[in-house]
Amino acid sequence: MRCDLAVIGAGPAGLAAATRAAEAGLSVELFDEQPAPGGQIYRAIESVPAPRRELLGPDYAAGAALASAFRASGAGYHPGALVWNVDATLAVDFSRDGRSRQCRARAVVVATGAIERPTPLPGWTLPGVTGAGALQILLKAQGLVPSEPVVLAGSGPLLLLLADQLTRAGAPPKAVVETVPRGRLLAAAKHLPAALRAPGYLAKGLKMLRALKAAGVPLHRGATDLAIEGGERAEALSFTAGGRRHRLEAGLIALHQGVVPNQQVTRLLRCAHRWSGSQRCFLPVLDDWCESSVEGVFVAGDGAGIGGAASAALRGRLAALGALRRLRGDVAEDEAAGLRRDLARDGAVRPLLEALYAPSEQVLAPADDTLVCRCEEVTAGQLRQSVALGCPGPNQAKSFLRCGMGPCQGRFCGLAVTEIIAAARGEPQQEIDYYRIRPPLKPLPLAELAAFEADEDAA
Amino acid sequence: MLTRIRSEAREPGGGSEAGGTLRFTFDGREMTGRAGDSVAAALLAGGVLRFRDSAVAGAPRGPFCLMGVCFECLVEIDGQGNCQACMVPLAEGMTVRSQSGGPQVVAPAAGRRAPGQGETT
Amino acid sequence: MSGPTPLSRDVVVVGGGLVGAAVAYGLVRQGLSVAMLDEGDVAYRASRGNFGLVWVQSKGDGLFDYARWTRSSADLWPDFAETLKDEVGIAVGYRKPGGVHLCHGEEELEEVELRLKRLHNQAGPDGYEAEILDRAELDELIPGLGPEVTGGAYSPHDGHVSPLYLLRALHEAFLARGGLYRAESRARRVTPDGGGFLVETEKGERIRCGRVVLGAGLGNRELGAMVGLDVPVHPLKGQILVTERAAPFLDLPTIYVRQTEEGTVMLGDSHEDVGFDTFSKPPVMGDIARRALRSFPVLRQLRIVRAWGALRVMTPDGFPIYEESEAHPGAFAVNCHSGVTLAAAHALRLAPLIAGGGFADTLAPFSSRRFDADAHQE
Repeated sequence: MRCDLAVIGAGPAGLAAATRAAEAGLSVELFDEQPAPGGQIYRAIESVPAPRRELLGPDYAAGAALASAFRASGAGYHPGALVWNVDATLAVDFSRDGRSRQCRARAVVVATGAIERPTPLPGWTLPGVTGAGALQILLKAQGLVPSEPVVLAGSGPLLLLLADQLTRAGAPPKAVVETVPRGRLLAAAKHLPAALRAPGYLAKGLKMLRALKAAGVPLHRGATDLAIEGGERAEALSFTAGGRRHRLEAGLIALHQGVVPNQQVTRLLRCAHRWSGSQRCFLPVLDDWCESSVEGVFVAGDGAGIGGAASAALRGRLAALGALRRLRGDVAEDEAAGLRRDLARDGAVRPLLEALYAPSEQVLAPADDTLVCRCEEVTAGQLRQSVALGCPGPNQAKSFLRCGMGPCQGRFCGLAVTEIIAAARGEPQQEIDYYRIRPPLKPLPLAELAAFEADEDAA
Repeated sequence: MLTRIRSEAREPGGGSEAGGTLRFTFDGREMTGRAGDSVAAALLAGGVLRFRDSAVAGAPRGPFCLMGVCFECLVEIDGQGNCQACMVPLAEGMTVRSQSGGPQVVAPAAGRRAPGQGETT
Repeated sequence: MSGPTPLSRDVVVVGGGLVGAAVAYGLVRQGLSVAMLDEGDVAYRASRGNFGLVWVQSKGDGLFDYARWTRSSADLWPDFAETLKDEVGIAVGYRKPGGVHLCHGEEELEEVELRLKRLHNQAGPDGYEAEILDRAELDELIPGLGPEVTGGAYSPHDGHVSPLYLLRALHEAFLARGGLYRAESRARRVTPDGGGFLVETEKGERIRCGRVVLGAGLGNRELGAMVGLDVPVHPLKGQILVTERAAPFLDLPTIYVRQTEEGTVMLGDSHEDVGFDTFSKPPVMGDIARRALRSFPVLRQLRIVRAWGALRVMTPDGFPIYEESEAHPGAFAVNCHSGVTLAAAHALRLAPLIAGGGFADTLAPFSSRRFDADAHQE
């Protein structure tokens, strides 16, 4: 299979990029692991029953237009397709229905979105403990809500949004436990004037807070020393707030400390990345047209830096323009300038959110006995010991401790490992860097790999 | 436990059309889910939180991210081990099993008898 | 010269991979003060892409001294593993159930049989213990073999080990005995200096030493030239696949498939002359998968979790180079592509020779001067 542009991911960025590029007459193939378009933010957008769509709110419903424009665009669409390798010649290897094939592209838009930041806390591996995103996915995709007490804990806009959505779905959380330190609001306030330029975000936030209060959902602020208790499953969350220890019994506990770019593909391609102090994660280094340091590889959406769904669609279009410029020499300066203006406006709220909802110290510097790599069960203390042995970074730590060698291939613990090593060595995260990512991007059956033959026409 | 939101609480009719009921088993137990469920969602809706035991310490684990990132929801589906339950759409008649340790690639009887391993009854 | 007074050590070992770490550990065991200089987090680091075999049966065809040297290391391995465990509490997972080279088809079996015969004849009175097993005999030893497996070569001296735990154990044992370790300290210059040497790192640190051991793999070519050592090594890429954990089914290592202590199955390995490229490439990964499935079709549904691309350190004839500089005695080059198998010999036999004053006759056959002779013949 060949195409001008391969797009990886069918969230807002991927849908917008594919649609714009197809409209301009490029041949486009979009690969996505999910069975339907929308990504995580617009999960089940095409099939959601009306009452569920209603309670998820207008921001969610806005995804329907993106999906239908994509369906009408003429771009090729491969749902249920796992991209497991992309190389510097832009050959995209993907698995679908148990068979691997190759698509040779002339440009690639990586639109693989965000994942939740790892939240290593005591007890976070117990059944019943999930990411906040997981509960939101169950609500969006299956209309499922907790029928037993659930506590939401951590930091970030998603925590409040989920609390609001659960409340409107008739299943209000038992409590929201925020780890945002007291005084953080004051420090973040300097970004307030800029944030007011972004449309609607702050008003929506305040509205959600009022709704939670009206529904009687307790909000604990400034919580520290979170610990999840339980034997076979989660039973309670305890924490310190307002100068005393609290213990909330709950069988479901949803954790959140913000989202970070899913960098598997750009790392695999060995694109240059830089550390963002304000987003507290690595971002691919991109030019004004969303092109990475590897020629022909563009990155759009939250994978390029956390900006939310509206920005993701804008950056998807910009990346499509970048690909057009690269492939055909078409320079759509006016359209690009307009997109960049809209991006600046929509992104104006970010400095405030990033300052206010910076991840808590406890997950950035977990206690020694807290598991960090869940797959191979490696603790923060073991990581620190390996640094004491002279271990310079995540790759040597991986070979000494097996962290990042399990089925998730380090995609979940990677950022936490970088943070812990950086702190232990007293060096910036940029210097410590990240796991080296190799194919396959997800575990692949041996028989499928054995049956796989790359494009015969390949040089 | 999880439950369907009020507007969708009514049991759907049979069949595999949108919203239809799908039957499957988990560790031999009869369960039902709905078309559109992932295997993980159907298990959670049926009250299952513990999907497997961890590979190193044998500790209980269940889904964490439900979006294909964390690999905590691994189960055996129709004989294939280590499937991401959150990424596999539920299908009628699936046989799902919880996991402990790695999958068997050779039936124990086919291998050499380990030293000290006696006759089994 | 400007800058702070350099540190001083009896020996500087350049390289913190399996070769450098084994020698460095062996040297601190001899009571010497040693500094080990290592690269950073991303290095070519052949040790991290190692397959983990302690392998004897195929070694030394054409240079039987290599077979003897390899066998001596395999004989030392059981005690060596115990010693490491005693010293730092790390079980490196060494097992010696014997190993098998599985053959597909008659042609490969014949080839392996011929090599066996040649090695028998070259061994003379020293003996060489390996035998050809037919399919029925193999089935007694190994479950799950595919129909294409025709037979194989078995040696009781073969075994396997976790190369990653081994590397960590060597580092810990070196530190525990007072060794000085420097990460992110690639050696930039080695200068003969009044009967000793001055080693300068990329960070600008300088260490003075009486002897210097170059265990820097591919880096030895350049560093060797600074002290009169000719080290003609080149990279040979090898890719390896690793599966998810499976229930234990295979205790014997085979040359292309082995199950680790954790239950993962390692599938090796390719031989690619592609310079310094370490990317994992699907066509080669497919070849590796196909060969593994010919041996063990039962692995069909097992998933590949990781792939590795690493660079072997190859000499022109594939045998090690152990060489002391004639122009600058006290400078040694140590190069091989069997850093796991030879780790015991490097720590317990080679290091004492360096500590004692120089490579004795035992290691004379591994001098790189053998390549000069070849050149003259051409």
